[in-house]
Amino acid sequence: MTHAVRFPHRHLLGIEGLSPSDITMLLDLADKAVEVSRQVEKKKTTLRGRTQINLFFEASTRTQSSFELAGKRLGADVMNMAVASSSIKKGETLIDTAMTLNAMRPDLIVVRHHAAGAVHLLARKVDCSVINAGDGAHEHPTQALLDALTIRRNKGQIRGLIVAICGDILHSRVARSNLILLNALGAEVRVVGPSTLLPSGLERMGCKVFTSMRDGLKDADIVMMLRLQRERMNGSFVPSVKEYFHYYGLDSGKLAYAKPDALVMHPGPMNRGVEIASDIADGAQSLIREQVEMGVAVRMAILEALAAHLPNGG
Amino acid sequence: MNLAPLLIRNARLIDPASGKTENGALAIQDGLIAAMGPGIDSAAVPDGATVIDAKGMVLAPGLIDLRAFVGEPGHEHRETLASASAAAAAGGVTTVITMPDTHPPVDDPAVVDFLMRRARDTACVRMLPAAALTKGLQGREMTEFGLLGEAGAMFFTDARHAVDDPLVMRRALTYARDFDALIVQHVQDKRLSGGVMNEGELASRLGLSGIPREAETLMLERDIRLARLTGGRYHAAMISCADSVEIVRRAKQSGLQVTCGVSINSLTLNENDIGPYRSFLKLSPPLRHEDDRQAVVAALAEGVIDVVVSDHDPQDVEAKRQPFAECADGAIGLQTLLSAGLRLVHAGEMSLARLLAAISAHPAALLRLPQGRLTRGAPADLVLFDPDEPFVLDPADLHSLCRNTAFDGARLQGVVHMSIVAGSIVHRQEPQA
Repeated sequence: MTHAVRFPHRHLLGIEGLSPSDITMLLDLADKAVEVSRQVEKKKTTLRGRTQINLFFEASTRTQSSFELAGKRLGADVMNMAVASSSIKKGETLIDTAMTLNAMRPDLIVVRHHAAGAVHLLARKVDCSVINAGDGAHEHPTQALLDALTIRRNKGQIRGLIVAICGDILHSRVARSNLILLNALGAEVRVVGPSTLLPSGLERMGCKVFTSMRDGLKDADIVMMLRLQRERMNGSFVPSVKEYFHYYGLDSGKLAYAKPDALVMHPGPMNRGVEIASDIADGAQSLIREQVEMGVAVRMAILEALAAHLPNGG
Repeated sequence: MNLAPLLIRNARLIDPASGKTENGALAIQDGLIAAMGPGIDSAAVPDGATVIDAKGMVLAPGLIDLRAFVGEPGHEHRETLASASAAAAAGGVTTVITMPDTHPPVDDPAVVDFLMRRARDTACVRMLPAAALTKGLQGREMTEFGLLGEAGAMFFTDARHAVDDPLVMRRALTYARDFDALIVQHVQDKRLSGGVMNEGELASRLGLSGIPREAETLMLERDIRLARLTGGRYHAAMISCADSVEIVRRAKQSGLQVTCGVSINSLTLNENDIGPYRSFLKLSPPLRHEDDRQAVVAALAEGVIDVVVSDHDPQDVEAKRQPFAECADGAIGLQTLLSAGLRLVHAGEMSLARLLAAISAHPAALLRLPQGRLTRGAPADLVLFDPDEPFVLDPADLHSLCRNTAFDGARLQGVVHMSIVAGSIVHRQEPQA
C-alpha cells in the first residue's frame, strides 16, 4: 500500500475500538475503491496470492457476495465455506473449525455467526486477520462503514447530522455498530422503536431514545430503517405486522416529519410493507441501492487496510 | 484412618458459632475435639499424640458447602465424589452437600444409599447428598421426603431448576413440615431468565440477551408468600441482587422460617469481569452490577444472608469452549471458596469470623449438623490456614476434573495448610520456608 497512514489493527471485530481517524481512513480508501469498481478494469493486485475464506454460519446473500466480490477485485483467492453442509452441523465446535481452517493457512477469514462474541472467540484461535461480518446482536462493522460512506458521499460530512435509526434495535447488530460509528464521527443519533424492541441501558449508549416516529424523525437528515424478523412480529415483541407498520413502518406520512431533503437507508433485506413502504424504498429519497454498491467498496477498503498487516504485506 | 490423637498448638482459634477468637491449642481424640483453649499444652494430651505447630495460623471449623455439583453417578468425566472431595479438602471444605441432578437423579432412596456408600469408600471429606424436590427434577410431583431423609438426604431441591408451579411448591412446603425437611429453591424464573447475563447497559453493548433481577425477585417473593402460607422451612439457594436482600430481610423480620445463601461468585465478581465474553463467568444467577455485589456483601455482613456457597459446577471443555451465549452455565469453586471469600476480609468488607460463620456455623445450623463449631465433643472437622499468604491461581493446581474456574490467574490471599475430617488429616501443605 502507498498510504501514509497505516490501519493500526490486525482484525476488524467491531467499530468499538476504532478511532475517528481509523474510520476516516477506511472511508477515504473506500472512496478510491468506488472509482475502481466503476471502471471497466475492476481488478487490482493488492491481495494477489492471498487466500480469503468466507465462513458464514448464518445464511447471507448480500454480505457474503459483497465480501466475495471485494476479495476478487483485489486479486485474492476467495473460498466460501458452506456451513450447512460442513462438519459444523456434525457437532464440531467453533474453535475446532477455526483451528482446522487456520491449518490451511488462509490470510483473511470473514466470519458471520449467530452468537455475539463468536467472532472474538475465533479471532483468538487463528493466526490470520479476521473480519466480523456480523456476530449475533453485537456488531456488524462493515455495514456501519458502508452506511457512513453512503451518508458522507451524499451529505458531504457526517458531523452535525441528525440520524434516526428505527425499528428492532434490540436484536440489531447494525444498530449497535452504527451507534458507535456515528457518535465517533459527531452525528446526533436517535433511536426509534417500540419499547419491547429497545435494549435496556440504551439511553447511556450515546443516543436519544424515542418511541414515536413523529418525535424521533423530527428534523432528521437520515432515516435508517431496520429489518424486523418475521418470528418477532406475531405477538412476541409486537402484536401484529399491521400494528407495527401503522406506528413504525416508514411511509410518506412519517417521512414528512424529517427534513425535506432527508435520505432513507435500509441494510436489507427489506420487508416491504412491514418496516418500509414500497414507494419509499424505491423513491427519490432512498439510498438503499447505493448502499449495496458502497458495501463492496468498503469491504475492499478493509481488506486492503488489513493486508498491510499480513506477513510480507504492506 | 489416622486415629492417633492430635494436638495442634500455637494456633489462632476462631469459633464462628460463638464469635470467640483466642490463641491456644486444640486437642483431638477419637475424631472429636477433646479440649481447646489457651491453657492446653502437650502435657494434657495422651501418649502417642501427634503434635502440630500451627505457627500462629488460623484454626477454624472445617468449611461446609451447601451447593456443589458432582457428576457421579452419570457424568463421571466431569467430576467424581473422589475428585470433588480432593478439591474440597485442598480448599478446607470438610462437608460438601452434593446436588441431585445426576443421572439418574437423586429422587429415590436407593440412589441416596449408593451416594452415601460411594462417598464412604472413595471420598476424603464428608460428601452428603441433597435429594430432588420433585421426581425426575420435573417440577411436577414431590419426592419421598420421609424415606429420602431417613436414607440420609440433607435437604430437598431441584438444583439448577426452579420449581415454577406454585401448587407443587405449596404442597411441598406443607408436606415438608411433617418431616421438618428443608426446601431449597434456585430462585430463577425460567421464562424471565432466558437471557445469558445481567440485563443492562453492558449486556446491550455486548449484544447479549439480559436476565432481569425480576427473574429472581418474583420467584423469591412468591416462594416467601408460600412459606408464610404453609409454615414450611424455606431456603433460597442463591440471591444475587439488592432487591432480593430487601425481600429476605422483610421475611425474616416477620418471623418466617426463611433463610438464603449467596454464591461466592456473586460476592467477589461483577458483570464487568465477563470482559470479552469470558465463558467461565457465565453463571446462574448471572454476575450482576457492582451495586448488587456490594448489597449482597453488606447483607452477608449484616446477617440477612445466612450462608455462602461455592456453587461448584464442573463443566467440561466442550461445554465451555463455545460462544458465550451458547456455553453452559457454571464455574468450579470448592478449592477457591475460602481464598476468594478472604478477598472480602482483606478489603475490609467483613470480619473473618463473619465470613467463616457463613461457610461453617450457619450451614451447620441450617442442616442441624454437629459440625461448624469449636467446642468440646464436636466432630474434629477443621481447617488450618494462613489468611494472608498470597498466591496466583494456576488452574493446573486444581484437583477438580474440570478447569472452569472464574479465578483463572487471579491473585488471591489465603492458603489452606491442613484439612482435618473426623480427626484425620485429609490435606496437608507445608508452609513455604
